[in-house]
Amino acid sequence: MAEIEALIKALSGHGVDEKTVISILGNSQPEHRQAFRKEGGFFAEDERRFERWNDHHVKLLKHEFMRFKNAVVLWAMHPWERDARLIKEALKKGPNSNSVIVEIASTRSSDELLGARKAYHSLFEHSIEEDVASHIHGKEKKLLVALVSAYRYEGPKIKEDVAKSEAKALISAVKNAEKQNPIENDEVVRILSTRSKPHLKSVFKHYKEIAGQHFEDELDVHLILQAAVQCLITPQSYFSRVLDEAMRDGADKNTKKGLTRVLVTRADVDIRAISDDYRNHYAIPLADKIEAKAKGSYKEFLLTLMARGS
Amino acid sequence: MATLVAPVQHSHIEDAKALYKACKGWGTDEKAVISILGHRTAAQRQQIRLAYQNLYQEDLVKRLESELSGAFEKAVYRWILEPADRDAVLANVAIKKACPDYHVIIEIACVHSPEELLAVRRAYQLSYKLSLEEDVAAHTTGDLRKLLVALVSVLRYDGPEINARLAKSEADILEDAIKNKAFNHEEVIRILTTRSKAQLMATFNRYRDDCGTSITKSLLREGDQVNEFAAALRTAIRCINNSNKYYEKIIRNAIKGAGTDEDALTRVIVTRAEKDLKVIKEVYYKRNSVTLEQAVAKDTSGDYNAFLLTLLGKAD
Repeated sequence: MAEIEALIKALSGHGVDEKTVISILGNSQPEHRQAFRKEGGFFAEDERRFERWNDHHVKLLKHEFMRFKNAVVLWAMHPWERDARLIKEALKKGPNSNSVIVEIASTRSSDELLGARKAYHSLFEHSIEEDVASHIHGKEKKLLVALVSAYRYEGPKIKEDVAKSEAKALISAVKNAEKQNPIENDEVVRILSTRSKPHLKSVFKHYKEIAGQHFEDELDVHLILQAAVQCLITPQSYFSRVLDEAMRDGADKNTKKGLTRVLVTRADVDIRAISDDYRNHYAIPLADKIEAKAKGSYKEFLLTLMARGS
Repeated sequence: MATLVAPVQHSHIEDAKALYKACKGWGTDEKAVISILGHRTAAQRQQIRLAYQNLYQEDLVKRLESELSGAFEKAVYRWILEPADRDAVLANVAIKKACPDYHVIIEIACVHSPEELLAVRRAYQLSYKLSLEEDVAAHTTGDLRKLLVALVSVLRYDGPEINARLAKSEADILEDAIKNKAFNHEEVIRILTTRSKAQLMATFNRYRDDCGTSITKSLLREGDQVNEFAAALRTAIRCINNSNKYYEKIIRNAIKGAGTDEDALTRVIVTRAEKDLKVIKEVYYKRNSVTLEQAVAKDTSGDYNAFLLTLLGKAD
């Protein structure tokens, strides 16, 4: 039935199309709902002969209904508290969320990261660095601790000769990847976590010139290391990739959260640039993609954030 | 407690004028410089600098640099800078030495409160157009670099909360590492460079309860005096645990024997005169049975001597 399809669609995706749910489900008679239960896929035939809600689906629905609320709460939050809470959540979720920690540590300004560190003290009575150091155990630990501890110089001054020699150090670390994963290489960690962003742009420019290819295209580079470099040098590309992955069909729960996180954290910063990058990369305007994939109040909220002031 | 004796009311304009007079012409009236600057708080000194700049279109610091010399000049230069700028200068001097004086870097990183260390990092960026951690990292290598960069980068939680269970488990980790002489073990570095000071002190206490000896003594014994990294750990621990005792030892070592390590002596007196030099004096007296003033008077001379004694609280 067309209506059942419409109802299923209203309940699938990012957020919930409340209007459609109200108009279809709210107007439904018992036999309509039964048809929905039999065909929707959200229910299963119970041994005692009734169509029973699939618990897992109820949970998923809960997340979808909460998506709007979470976006609102995150948006209203002070950026420092927001970043502190995002980092804490990422730590709790485990290694798959390590990229979120990299994202926050690397794309914020020095003072924004500092503020997040202080807010973390207030919220959790520990420092970010101590929690990251004690909860993360993989190869990426060194780099992550260093990235969250950074207080980068933000002036434009670059020493080209230093940048060149540091590019060479990175090349040698990548060449040596079989003996030691570059993400654990002390020089790689030092360069990425202490140098200013303008300096790093120059380092990677030299890298490309000397090695003949971009650092991110090297095969043996740990995903987290790639993410760090992207976040530091070309954050807009990084963010548009996160958005694309979030809106892909079949994206898992944590990946989907990227949509809210990027929109809310970048709406005041560089969402237009991210939008442009998105359109260049994925051949569809970001707003159109959100229109297609998100639903209801959640969708309206995100689109409103994007359109502010224009 | 501070040893600095400074008037509550002062006219920075009068002071600036008096300093100008002291520097004008041939020679310098060092006594006037000492009697004014040696009796002014950090805030007052900055006001004087500002007044001097406005009156004479010249930086008082540069004027004094050119008028004074030797250990006295170094001491006055450090004294007249704002605390954060001063520490940034001290850190930079330590880093740029042929053999970086990492003990000074550890001292600055570990004695200060998190906010104070942050101020030093900002001042460093302003003065040197690099971050402190960048410079430290670029001038050190290996395990020492790991330790130093982490120490200067951390923003420790500064609350009093202690987790006793964690103190026990981390004291155990430290005990194992030290027994196995694995001082540079990443867990050792992690604990020392990320935990809050309150938590660390609880951990060190637990260590002493469990091992019967303090962690610094263990490091000394297991590390021999030769292991540089173990020595660095000891410095960090001593600074975190009891900075007054640490400073007393620095001064004692600076004074004892032939010659005086004026850099060290100046550093301690100038950086602590407005903080806890009084406590350090008491510790010094208890340990050495002479007052710090007596020891300094015996070991230094001239204007340098007079300046240090003034900062130590001597009445004019």
